[in-house]
Amino acid sequence: MLLLIPFLPFLGFLLNVGVGRRLSKRASGSIACGAMAVSLAVSVVAVWGLVALPVASRVVTQSVFAWITSGRFNASFALRLDPLSALMILIVTGIGFLIHVYSTAYMHEERPSECARYFSYLNLFAAFMLVLVLGANFLVLFVGWEGVGLCSYLLIGFWYEKKSACDAGKKAFIVNRIGDVAFVLGVLLIIVTFGTVDFRELADIVASREPDVTFGIVSTITLLLFIGATGKSAQIPLYIWLPDAMEGPTPVSALIHAATMVTAGVYMIGRNVALFSHAPDTLMIVAVVGAATAFIAGTIGLVQHDIKRVLAYSTVSQLGYMFLAMGVGAYTAGIFHLYTHAFFKALLFLGSGAVIHALAGEQDLRRMGGLKRELPVTYWTFLAGALAIAGVPGLSGFFSKDEILFRTFAGGHPLLWAVGLVTSLLTAVYMFRLVFLTFHGERAQPTHQPDATASPAGRAVHHLHDPPPAMALPLVVLAVGSILAGYIGLPHALGGANRLDAFLAPTLTLGAARTEESVAHAEDPGAELALMAVSTGVAGVGIGLAVFFFLRNRDAAAALATGFGTAHRVLLNKYYVDELYDGALVQPIRLLSEEGLWKRVDVRGIDGAVNGVGEAVGGFARRLRRLQTGSVRGYAGSLFLGAVLILGYYLWR
Amino acid sequence: MPSLNDYLVLSAILFSIGSAGVFLRRNLITILLSIEIMLNAVNLTFVAFGRSFGTVDGQIIVFFVMTVAAAEAAVGLAIVIALFRHRESLDPDSFMTLRW
Amino acid sequence: MTLFYVFGAVAVTASLLVIAQRNPIHSVLLLIASFGALSGLYVTLDAPFVAVIQIIVYAGAIMVLFLFVVMLLNASQETTEEDLERRGAPGSPAATPGLKVFGALLALALVVELVWALTRASVGGDFGEGSVSSVAAIGRTLFTDYAFPFEVTSVLILVAMVGAVVLARRGTPGDA
Repeated sequence: MLLLIPFLPFLGFLLNVGVGRRLSKRASGSIACGAMAVSLAVSVVAVWGLVALPVASRVVTQSVFAWITSGRFNASFALRLDPLSALMILIVTGIGFLIHVYSTAYMHEERPSECARYFSYLNLFAAFMLVLVLGANFLVLFVGWEGVGLCSYLLIGFWYEKKSACDAGKKAFIVNRIGDVAFVLGVLLIIVTFGTVDFRELADIVASREPDVTFGIVSTITLLLFIGATGKSAQIPLYIWLPDAMEGPTPVSALIHAATMVTAGVYMIGRNVALFSHAPDTLMIVAVVGAATAFIAGTIGLVQHDIKRVLAYSTVSQLGYMFLAMGVGAYTAGIFHLYTHAFFKALLFLGSGAVIHALAGEQDLRRMGGLKRELPVTYWTFLAGALAIAGVPGLSGFFSKDEILFRTFAGGHPLLWAVGLVTSLLTAVYMFRLVFLTFHGERAQPTHQPDATASPAGRAVHHLHDPPPAMALPLVVLAVGSILAGYIGLPHALGGANRLDAFLAPTLTLGAARTEESVAHAEDPGAELALMAVSTGVAGVGIGLAVFFFLRNRDAAAALATGFGTAHRVLLNKYYVDELYDGALVQPIRLLSEEGLWKRVDVRGIDGAVNGVGEAVGGFARRLRRLQTGSVRGYAGSLFLGAVLILGYYLWR
Repeated sequence: MPSLNDYLVLSAILFSIGSAGVFLRRNLITILLSIEIMLNAVNLTFVAFGRSFGTVDGQIIVFFVMTVAAAEAAVGLAIVIALFRHRESLDPDSFMTLRW
Repeated sequence: MTLFYVFGAVAVTASLLVIAQRNPIHSVLLLIASFGALSGLYVTLDAPFVAVIQIIVYAGAIMVLFLFVVMLLNASQETTEEDLERRGAPGSPAATPGLKVFGALLALALVVELVWALTRASVGGDFGEGSVSSVAAIGRTLFTDYAFPFEVTSVLILVAMVGAVVLARRGTPGDA
């Protein structure tokens, strides 16, 4: 039955690929949404069944077929449902379904064949993502890992007539690939060291080891896996593809680059708590990278002009939080943030999609404003999402982010906690900057001048009204989720039972190392409340700053920008990281390939060798043919001479 | 009584005379004649050996060789006639067109 | 023994003259003489049948054929007018002196080698007391042990006949 969950979207993919071209837009959209809906239903049933089992044995494995049997190494294509994957499939199918519904309205200006293509890719993505989270071993996970990378490429470059979209798709795929090399190396090391790739077997084997004191084999493995995660989940140094990925349609950004694919890295670490907890050095690297990424992305997002770019950097930043959590050992907190982030980030993206749709493709913040009047539903849902991400108490984001910050501080990493806190401030500022610039104030320019970066299909039409129900309903649902979803993780300090922690505990403590830190994760309600107050205060300060600069006194913001001109330019240009990579890596590789490999090795070397053989044969033949003089006497003479010589030779021996 | 070796020496001499003729002469017909000399030398060898082994096989092989020589002479002369009609010459060097 | 030397000398001399003569008709006639000597040698080897067919077939048929062709082509000179026109008078009947020497040397080498080879191969000694092989014995062996080659040679002769007719035909093949 587990197989149905990814199989149904895959079926939707096949249908849309096969006959979608001839169907109407409504039909292909219905196929896709239907597949997701049924998959969601099956997931709910499966999770219901799982919850019915006793806590200690909440594991359901389904082996689809025996994949590799080679000597002592066996790997089967197996799916496994346990608390962690249960949460993930609900997120993927639930939010995926909402986004599919949203897409039916958002993409309504495309041709039917394009719609079919879009929905087929979207379903394929869902199928692969479900395979990723349901995988019982590294190989199945990797199948899903690669598959979502592929779908990301396909969907980013969906409007393939736009060169920037194609470039962005390629960039995403290639950068992912770089991470994947490290990931594969990690998996290979696992096979060599432990002889199995199954997660539970691995946890059993690793649990009996002592955690690494120096940078040993487990640390190496986990580091390699983490590098793969930086590629997929857009952390330093491989985050550069995510902002460019905004070239794709907004629902794609919501689904793939906010709620699901980018969380695959975090999920992977959560799956392998056994390995990671035995590698404290790697965990420290993970935490530091996560915190640094969160901070740096936050600073970049502060000054971006494109609404989707701000949200993209926000995603990178929030993912940094999740990795920070995983790095300090707060695995539940990381997954909790993944879950709440899925709600409010998807909501924010879909909301921005509604804005873009209403403005007929306009994405520049400087040309927006005052949309609160025209798009009320969008405004209120967007506001809910913004409040959630800023960490305002009572909404989901507050609980998850706070959990992370508390665990960081309690785990003895005050510096990281400080970085996280500052990033919190930045989050509040840039998020409300976005809200105020978009929905408040006066519009800078008339709205009937669409941006050239809009989708080619949507340029001529604009609907300056709230989105249709297909788009509005998902917004409302997600807004409700952003507000309420956090309550399943309500910490004990506030009187809750933290059900999420209890639910996920069997998975997230599987094989974990017994370290002092894990034992000392005792509750300290006093400290927790104090830190909550601090982070609330920070959120309030952030919102206040945003109100000052972007609601009341926009000139002050402009003045600040010109005052800190260089800093502003550096941030606007994303610290010139892309240019740095281009100069240091891309151009040398291109040069090597073109001049070196292509011109020397291929043209001169290989072609030269092959042609050279031909030339040699030709030349040899040209000389050899002169033997044929046409003179019969000559032939007779040579026969005679030859006979004498051969006879002489044999007589001599 | 001449021994076997005497006959063999004789046939060797005849054979090399024939070979020299094939190589040295510039008349097609004479070349064919030299070939006939070579064949006869071989015949002599066969008969001598046959006699030395005491069987008639040598002579039978001579029978066949003669047949073949006749056939070959006939066909060869036909070719010479055809060539002569074409080029009015019996010099092998005037038929050097089948060259590189 | 003397018979052997006589016949042997005749054969060798005649052959040498065959390849030395300018006029092809002389060559043919000298070759007939050589064949006669060889025939005598066959008789000394107790092979009368071969001796007789040597005269009948070789000297009588094949050489006559050669003669016919020589006369048909009017090739009584070494070189024809055509050759004289094209290339001027040749220096010698055979070739340049250098080539002649080379040819002679090769022939000498060949003699030496053949003698060496053949004497190594043979038992060497005198012939045993053998009977004169009768035609009956030859016939019996020919039609039993060598029956198949015998039949094949008949095909061979047929082929040669057809080939000779076709090759020497005047005009293009296809004319009646």
